[in-house]
Amino acid sequence: MVFPLAAGWPASGEAKTVARFKKPTEGTWTEHYPELGTGLVCMADSVSPAFYELEREAIFKRAWLNVGRVEALPRNGSFFTKELPGLRTSVLVSRDRNGRVRAFHNVCRHRGNKLVWDGTPRDETSGSARQFVCKYHGWRYDLDGTCTYVHQQNQFFDLRKDELGLAPVHCDTWAGFVFVNLAREPAQPLPDYLGAMVGALEGYPFDRMTERYAFRAENNSNWKVFIDAFQEYYHVPPLHTHQLGPTPEAQNPEYEFEAAHYQLDGPHRMVTTSGTHKHTWPAEHLYPAEALTRSGNTGPWDAPDLGATLPGVNPSGIRRWGIDNFQVFPNLEILIYERGWYVTYRYWPTSHNTHVFEGDLHFVPARNARERLAHEYAALTFKEYGLQDCGTLDGTQMGLEQGAFSEFPLNDQEILVRHFHKTVGNWVDAYVRRRAEAPTHE
Amino acid sequence: MSDSLLPPAFAALEPYAGIWCLATEPERWAQRLRSSMREMQAFYDALFPRAEEAIAYCDRFPLDDMPADAERLLQLLHSLLMVSYAVEVWKQPEVINGGSARIDRIREPRP
Repeated sequence: MVFPLAAGWPASGEAKTVARFKKPTEGTWTEHYPELGTGLVCMADSVSPAFYELEREAIFKRAWLNVGRVEALPRNGSFFTKELPGLRTSVLVSRDRNGRVRAFHNVCRHRGNKLVWDGTPRDETSGSARQFVCKYHGWRYDLDGTCTYVHQQNQFFDLRKDELGLAPVHCDTWAGFVFVNLAREPAQPLPDYLGAMVGALEGYPFDRMTERYAFRAENNSNWKVFIDAFQEYYHVPPLHTHQLGPTPEAQNPEYEFEAAHYQLDGPHRMVTTSGTHKHTWPAEHLYPAEALTRSGNTGPWDAPDLGATLPGVNPSGIRRWGIDNFQVFPNLEILIYERGWYVTYRYWPTSHNTHVFEGDLHFVPARNARERLAHEYAALTFKEYGLQDCGTLDGTQMGLEQGAFSEFPLNDQEILVRHFHKTVGNWVDAYVRRRAEAPTHE
Repeated sequence: MSDSLLPPAFAALEPYAGIWCLATEPERWAQRLRSSMREMQAFYDALFPRAEEAIAYCDRFPLDDMPADAERLLQLLHSLLMVSYAVEVWKQPEVINGGSARIDRIREPRP
């Protein structure tokens, strides 16, 4: 029987053999990008401490990294710190007196003490300041990083305050996302780095979605293993069977799923899915709380009015668009939902087999209790199913580390996993090559 | 002065207010994990049939200027959604196949 309610999740035998969405002329998405190949993919990059050390240098110290949103810097003097533990780096991001967003190494020039922290140096903090004052010896810095005060300056030797500012970190913003780059000189400016596919989202009304639910998890897996879980939907019917609904018709782990569109652009990737469009389902196939809140896994059913055109989304123009999943290399994912909200995931490696995961849900602010509860139920749903994803990670990392297999088959729906590991390998190879050629410069 | 926490129209829900009027998700999550299914089912059965009425009551006030009793009713509705996953979906307090994973909500809009 075809499940009549969800075009994306049919169960009929016929549907199993019929492609539901148009594929590239090559017949599969993977073969449309012949450089990917179709062979087994090695996952040794996710279990090796040595490879992790290379990734830190080759990728995380060279790529543009998203550390937050401009909404966290509402006025001149606003600041936040961002801990990048795997990089042994704390970044201080602030909006200076001219409104410019700047980033610095969060380290005092005097004796290297962490400059801005609150309570404990390992925790992130934010606020508003006219200047930054080191807790240790009282040195002060302007919002633009200039050193403005040295306590008992006459006790120093040949000290020139104007040469003792904070160490700047390359920083730029795009569509309200704040990025930093730890390289001495980034290989590309941010807009070039993001490229045409991601860049096309520039005018999307991210700035209207200022109501934020933020989540953090410390996971026992390589950072890439979790990214892999969120760049394919093949796992949804088996792992998240309950997500589909309370009835046997909805809850069939053998449902075949197919995403509508995949696209690669440089190191970045995206996938479009049709989503479940639960707002079109009859009540008997819904959980009571879904019907009560008119909300759930793909967000509140009653979408805010965002205007007629949404730049960059649904790039293939599918009729029943549900979700766009943009994977911005190396560790940012932007999920844009048809119902007018978006989610970001960020994955920060802390060792070869651990990482910190950050998930942020962004809504146009609720105007009343009913809208607040719709947002709350979407945020609850994110965590309930996210725990299944995080819980499974442990097992995947253990399985990979067991070494019974080192190469794995990936299907056409897992094309982004294939592209991601290939891209990581390419960046590491290029770094190793450059280092061999010019060891003193790396 | 009365000791009631909720608006008078919802006095029947007072027995649950002392337990489930919790302002933040971490508090509600912790309460779910230390509650039995019998306790959560009773709370769910008492509030769910009146949820529409309770939402309509809360909607009489702006979110940033709610009387204390209405705000507590809204907290109770948040807790209803929290237990709904245990009651409707998992049939147990914990997520099925959640392993040892933990996801902390570190920021949320208030109230």
